[in-house]
Amino acid sequence: MALHTLNQPPGNTQCLERCLNALSDGDALLLIEDGVLATLPAHASRFDAIAANVSLFALQADLDARGLNVLKDARFTVVDDGGFVDLACEQDKVVSWY
Amino acid sequence: MKFSIIVQAAPYSCQSAETAYRFAKTLLDTGHDLHRVFFYGDGVHTGSAFASPPQDEPNIPANWQALAADHDLDLVVCIAAAVRRGVLDDTEAGRYSKSGSNLAAGFELSGLGQLADAIAQSDRVITFGA
Repeated sequence: MALHTLNQPPGNTQCLERCLNALSDGDALLLIEDGVLATLPAHASRFDAIAANVSLFALQADLDARGLNVLKDARFTVVDDGGFVDLACEQDKVVSWY
Repeated sequence: MKFSIIVQAAPYSCQSAETAYRFAKTLLDTGHDLHRVFFYGDGVHTGSAFASPPQDEPNIPANWQALAADHDLDLVVCIAAAVRRGVLDDTEAGRYSKSGSNLAAGFELSGLGQLADAIAQSDRVITFGA
């Protein structure tokens, strides 16, 4: 099982779609940097096809910096930098999408 | 847990240069080990001693230097990526007959073997891409 990080905005559709297609059962997806823009309700449908046991996260500092904390889709759990490190430890490997 | 970090983002060009530093600092603060940081591609500019950002902005090269001094970190700058981008230590400056060198203290130039070693030795390898 892997932690996937995505730092590209949803406008980079190729990167987002490649990342979403690579998610397997038990993986975690952490949106970081401009990747957190995908937590907006306008992009919520992109995550509808993801398996139920793939957990979704977004990095707090990047949500805060963009004013998205109150706007984000409820499926995303907010983690701080320590939570980022914890996710990397919990999963077997880290795959970075950029 | 033993981590290694690959930084491909140039400082001040991509946010991931700052994310990489925050991740490194956080993992060290929470008791994990950082085996090596490997600066690759445009990330080699992190090793430039000539970086002079405004005082009210993060000094990314200096932040790495301070973190390395506190935790005895191995900051490796890819030599092939660095030399072609003008990040040189004294040896390389002599080899290419340049008037000066600019690799910051605390960083060292080395090859991809150091990356392979880091991958082999570490429990987790995480890339911060550009």
